[in-house]
Amino acid sequence: MSRLYPEKPGHVYFFGTCLIDLFYPEAGLHGIQLLEREGIKVSYPPEQSCCGQPAYNSGYDDEARSVAAAQIACFPEEIPVVVPSASCASMIREHYPSLFAGTEQEKLARDLAHRTYELTEFLVEVCRIELKDMGAPAKVVVHHSCSAQRHLRISGQTQKLLNQLDNVAIVQQERAYECCGFGGTFSVKAPEISNAMVQDKCDNLVATGADQLVTGDCGCMMNITGALEKRKDPLKGQHIASFIWERTQ
Amino acid sequence: MTAPDASHINRNFKSRVIEALEDQELRNNFRGAMDFLMQKRAAMFPDPEDLEALRHRGEQIRNRCLQQLPELLEKLESQCVNNGIRVHWAETAEQANNIILGIMKDHQATRMIKGKSMASEEIGLNHFLADHDIEALESDMGEYIVQLDHSTPSHIIMPAIHKNKQQIARLFHEKIPGIDYTEDVDQLIGTGRKVLRQKFFEADVGLSGVNFAIAETGTLCLVENEGNGRMSTTVPPVHIALCGIEKVVESLTDVPPLYRLLTRSATGQAITTYFNMISGPRKPDELDGPKEVHLVLLDNGRSRMYADKQLQQTLRCIRCGACMNHCPVYTKIGGHAYGSTYPGPIGQVVSPQIWGLDKAGSITQACSLNGACRDACPVNIPLPNLIRRLRHEGNIDSADSQTLGRGSLRKPVESLIWKFWTYLNSSPLWYRLTLWGATRFRNLMPSSIGPWTRYRSAPRPAEKSLHELVKAHQSQSPSHVIKPTKQETK
Ligand code: SF4
Repeated sequence: MSRLYPEKPGHVYFFGTCLIDLFYPEAGLHGIQLLEREGIKVSYPPEQSCCGQPAYNSGYDDEARSVAAAQIACFPEEIPVVVPSASCASMIREHYPSLFAGTEQEKLARDLAHRTYELTEFLVEVCRIELKDMGAPAKVVVHHSCSAQRHLRISGQTQKLLNQLDNVAIVQQERAYECCGFGGTFSVKAPEISNAMVQDKCDNLVATGADQLVTGDCGCMMNITGALEKRKDPLKGQHIASFIWERTQ
Repeated sequence: MTAPDASHINRNFKSRVIEALEDQELRNNFRGAMDFLMQKRAAMFPDPEDLEALRHRGEQIRNRCLQQLPELLEKLESQCVNNGIRVHWAETAEQANNIILGIMKDHQATRMIKGKSMASEEIGLNHFLADHDIEALESDMGEYIVQLDHSTPSHIIMPAIHKNKQQIARLFHEKIPGIDYTEDVDQLIGTGRKVLRQKFFEADVGLSGVNFAIAETGTLCLVENEGNGRMSTTVPPVHIALCGIEKVVESLTDVPPLYRLLTRSATGQAITTYFNMISGPRKPDELDGPKEVHLVLLDNGRSRMYADKQLQQTLRCIRCGACMNHCPVYTKIGGHAYGSTYPGPIGQVVSPQIWGLDKAGSITQACSLNGACRDACPVNIPLPNLIRRLRHEGNIDSADSQTLGRGSLRKPVESLIWKFWTYLNSSPLWYRLTLWGATRFRNLMPSSIGPWTRYRSAPRPAEKSLHELVKAHQSQSPSHVIKPTKQETK
């Protein structure tokens, strides 16, 4: 079940994801900078947009396939594709192969799935990154997305990365395994349920007394911090790439 | 008389959800019960690798049996007949109801005692029999409570899990003559038992479900904790077992691993108090047992599931309920909100396939595809993938699908939005233009965007997109951010 990781490459692609592109671009840039600091050349094909997951999860397969095909075309070279989101990485890894099964692009989709990595997974397992924490002491609560925990199963790697930060104390939230209620279009299609879920999540996060929330998925972050803001809870969220980059400069 | 109409599942789904979410007592009941069940299960599987191996084994056994389903069913039939069990085939709920009614009539029977059977809930048996002046009394404690309350099960393993001790105490006090209010659980159970014990002796027919039907030996296995299953199947002179056709397993040796997975996943028990193996009616030299045993094999949409390679995985289910216990949506809205006999993740997969997407497809929307159910399922059913697949079927009337009501949930406006979205995201120029516009006019973005902002503040586009940030970054360190060409990588 566990994945075999390659040697550190000299060159990778970066797939920034649409949410980061529009709402959290600094997280994407920090991801790129972290990779570059490891001596890796990073290409960001400007034709990229969205992995196609919103349509796919809503059951619009043809639409998802069109958008996914456009992404496949962005990453032609046989080099790793690094994604600063477990959710989008898992769309490519888990679902592209079946989405394109029986089509002309099946082989390309499989090949892309095979060389796609979530950012923290890549930093830990492929780059074997070593961090030196230069930030002030901080008490942090981590939210691992469902994609990180259960689809890609990489939350262990994210944890390893954070554990390298000497001045960071990680506090545990109750029911850390539970979904924050985002689920992409789920949050607008079943808004009442999604709200009940995110309220529970916020309660558990706030109860930790953490100074800050860190997560590897901007979908969850948008959901959780959006709800926290509406509740007027002061807890703020940050993408793990930014969190690490800022503390290790 | 027709089978129960399931169209209410779609019709009032949203209002049932809202009602459930507003009922704090209900939510506390579910939260507490599900936490308890999750802990109990976790304690049974301390080693993640062992658990994976067990789940894999469960999946393999179920797959092997399903691959030879037609042959195994034939074998089951002939072995049962050899054992003196009468076998009936019901393609629909209506047929199953009529077969059961027919057996009742043959014996001039008016009273039925029931062990727990979700299949009988699926076909709406109690209502059907009531319409024919037959009293069907539930003998499982949870089912009994639910029946006393004129309600339906909210969980496939623990039918009355939506009720707390105080609510049950009140119900017993109000509905059973001469019973004082008490919150003492043992006393409550004692009361139920006393009422039921008498009913076992008065019943003409006992009806039960089946957990595993063994083809090799023609044996019907029944897993239970209360002994009511044993009573229902042995005390009345006639026993009817109602069994979904997917419950057949090849041989006796398939049962222990599945049984182990079932009880640990369901209630966190290493083994149940009772495990009944029914292999026929009373033989001439025997002192007890029913004089007649009937097996009703129910299809009711299962053949349709079987015909599709992906959806066939639905039939691996051993009805342990772990997927609902671990579902963050089920935990919040409870079982009744789904409106189906089968709630939770497996219910979202099974119900639309039994009753059609037009009647029961909306419940597939109540899922964030978080995967907790899939990880809990003892036979590795990829529930989120199946839920997603059914959403797709709801949108599209595809020729290679057999699902009832396919395409019936398509919404023209929604499809149009997705078309537009597709265009935007597959044409780089338009995508970047939109991005540019959204970032430039970020302050003009509405602060209220539909359901999202009812509970959250609106996200605000950044001042510059990642596309722009990368471009600026690139101009500072041009060697790092360039488009690769063949020569560079080779
Ligand atoms: S789908 Fe899996 S977890 Fe859910 S009831 Fe069936 S066997 Fe149990």
